[in-house]
Amino acid sequence: MRPLKIVVLIKQVPDTRHVGPDAMKPDGTVNRGKLDTVFNPDDLHALELALNLKDRIPGTDVTVMTMGPRRAADIIRDSIYRGADNGIMISDKRFGGADTLATSYTLVKAIQKLPSYDIIMGGRQAIDGDTAQVGPQCAEKLNIPQVTYVEEVISITNDEVVAKRRLSSGVETVSSPLPCLMTVHGASPACRSKEAKRVMQYKYARTNSEIRRDDEFMKSLHAKRPYLTIPEWGVEDIDADVTKIGLPGSPTKVKSIESVVLTASEAKVLSESDSDIEMMIKELIEHHTIG
Amino acid sequence: MKSVFVYCEVENHKVAEISQELLSTGKKLAVKLGCPLEAMVFGSNLDNINSQISPYGVDKIFTANDDRLEPYRTLPHSTIATHILKKEAPQIVLFGATSVGRDLAPRLASALNCGLTADTTILDIGDHFVKKEKKEYKDLLYAIRPAFGGSIMANIINWDQHPQMATVREGVMKKVIFDDNYTSEIVEVDVNTIVNDEDFVVKIIERHIEESDVNLKEAPIIVAGGYGVGSKENFEHLEELAHLLGGEVGGSRAAVDAGFIDHNRQIGQTGTTVRPKLYIAAGISGAIQHTAGMQDASMIISINNDPEAPINSLADYVITGDVGVVIPKMIKFYKANAK
Repeated sequence: MRPLKIVVLIKQVPDTRHVGPDAMKPDGTVNRGKLDTVFNPDDLHALELALNLKDRIPGTDVTVMTMGPRRAADIIRDSIYRGADNGIMISDKRFGGADTLATSYTLVKAIQKLPSYDIIMGGRQAIDGDTAQVGPQCAEKLNIPQVTYVEEVISITNDEVVAKRRLSSGVETVSSPLPCLMTVHGASPACRSKEAKRVMQYKYARTNSEIRRDDEFMKSLHAKRPYLTIPEWGVEDIDADVTKIGLPGSPTKVKSIESVVLTASEAKVLSESDSDIEMMIKELIEHHTIG
Repeated sequence: MKSVFVYCEVENHKVAEISQELLSTGKKLAVKLGCPLEAMVFGSNLDNINSQISPYGVDKIFTANDDRLEPYRTLPHSTIATHILKKEAPQIVLFGATSVGRDLAPRLASALNCGLTADTTILDIGDHFVKKEKKEYKDLLYAIRPAFGGSIMANIINWDQHPQMATVREGVMKKVIFDDNYTSEIVEVDVNTIVNDEDFVVKIIERHIEESDVNLKEAPIIVAGGYGVGSKENFEHLEELAHLLGGEVGGSRAAVDAGFIDHNRQIGQTGTTVRPKLYIAAGISGAIQHTAGMQDASMIISINNDPEAPINSLADYVITGDVGVVIPKMIKFYKANAK
């Protein structure tokens, strides 16, 4: 079995489990500055699946790629600590405000800069939008098959992968030729932890724009150890058409947003005492709600 | 031509529930727009399929009948759908937010270079004024969906790149027969002239579809547990109560993530939407992600240690207490008082 080239698409996302009132800007886009960020959970599952294939096929290269603001380099470092070989940062102000169509265009232009690939992977969906669209859109633009909701790679040969898919009402095992794109379901194994040795080795990995101009220590370290420099690609580096990226390249626009208010109702407040619970049960039976 | 299109899913010669919901909503939109409703349905042995689709008021049905089209595979379905949609150029196309719809629709959106809104719960028609162009766009699709963990509802529009596409969550729209005797024009798609061998490179080796033994949507009573239930063992009490009351047991995303309950029993924005007669929320704090999927229950009982749990504001009965104490008592007093 020849070694594989795997690209894992990852995303840093706002932690939607803790959303405050100022999370959205007036134009309806996300005010990322106001939110904690996390490594998108499904993407960590995708990284694990890629690293698992690397364990199974010696010499396999795992490259993570993310589009996002400067601080998204955190998840590239995180991936490298866990075992990824390389990371690529796609960052440019002009990429901002992209919907899934513009995002997939941008990622595909970056993927096409790579010398080769066998599998493109990503999480099934990201918790900030839950759309699950970018994967299939990338596959269409690359003109390769897509295998969505992958839970397990059962076997892989030089030109074919057999994978188990988790559907809403069951499972399906499919084979696909390579190259292909897979989106990975959260039911797959959780990602391995960071390796202490790799954390030591890569803790100064930075993109150029993360290094302050007067940070002589970091600059000389990166000159000596070029593997610490995380490549950073902007619009020109990937030959992107500016009309197809960011807000201008996004057909979907947010017209309006509304906060969701829970409707208040007159509740009966009870304790866990026998008399309270029995009273409630009797009422429910009396009103034919139960029984 | 201006029209509303629905992609219909079939399994075992039956039109999926979600597709019937979509046809009903699609008809409403088509009536508002004064345009035809059209459907596409791909599969094998589709002889009786049109009679299931027509009554929803469908004016034209595109059927692709070929053994290779069932079960669903991405490439042949997207090739045929792209072919039809390019030719027909509808204004609106709807898909179910299912394993199939969420796999197919983005691939089509990329091929057609158009916008796609995921997981919508409300669809409507309206106008939008674009300041930059000083122009009012009429009769656009309002694709409204919960966003950001469900804390907001976002109205997503797309005025310049048609069609406007959306996936719609299951169980949210109501099925409404338009006219039992409605007649549709049937267009048989010539599959072989559209697909090629490349479309069949992905092969299905094995398939297990559970003929849903879990039917949360139809259950009159649901006993749902959250992270606050604490353990898989404690969930057994919920199961016992659900069984006793003739209901089903469900869970929040946190309970599913913690492994307390199977993912096919998840209720909420990313799980199933339910409207039972009685919803018992045990140890569920009530993130809007969850309440979006159960707030239409006729009666809600919340059991929580935290008297300030957000879900309490939806509840008819708020029991401040421990799930491990309250549920066994409910079982006991139900047994004692039920006729």
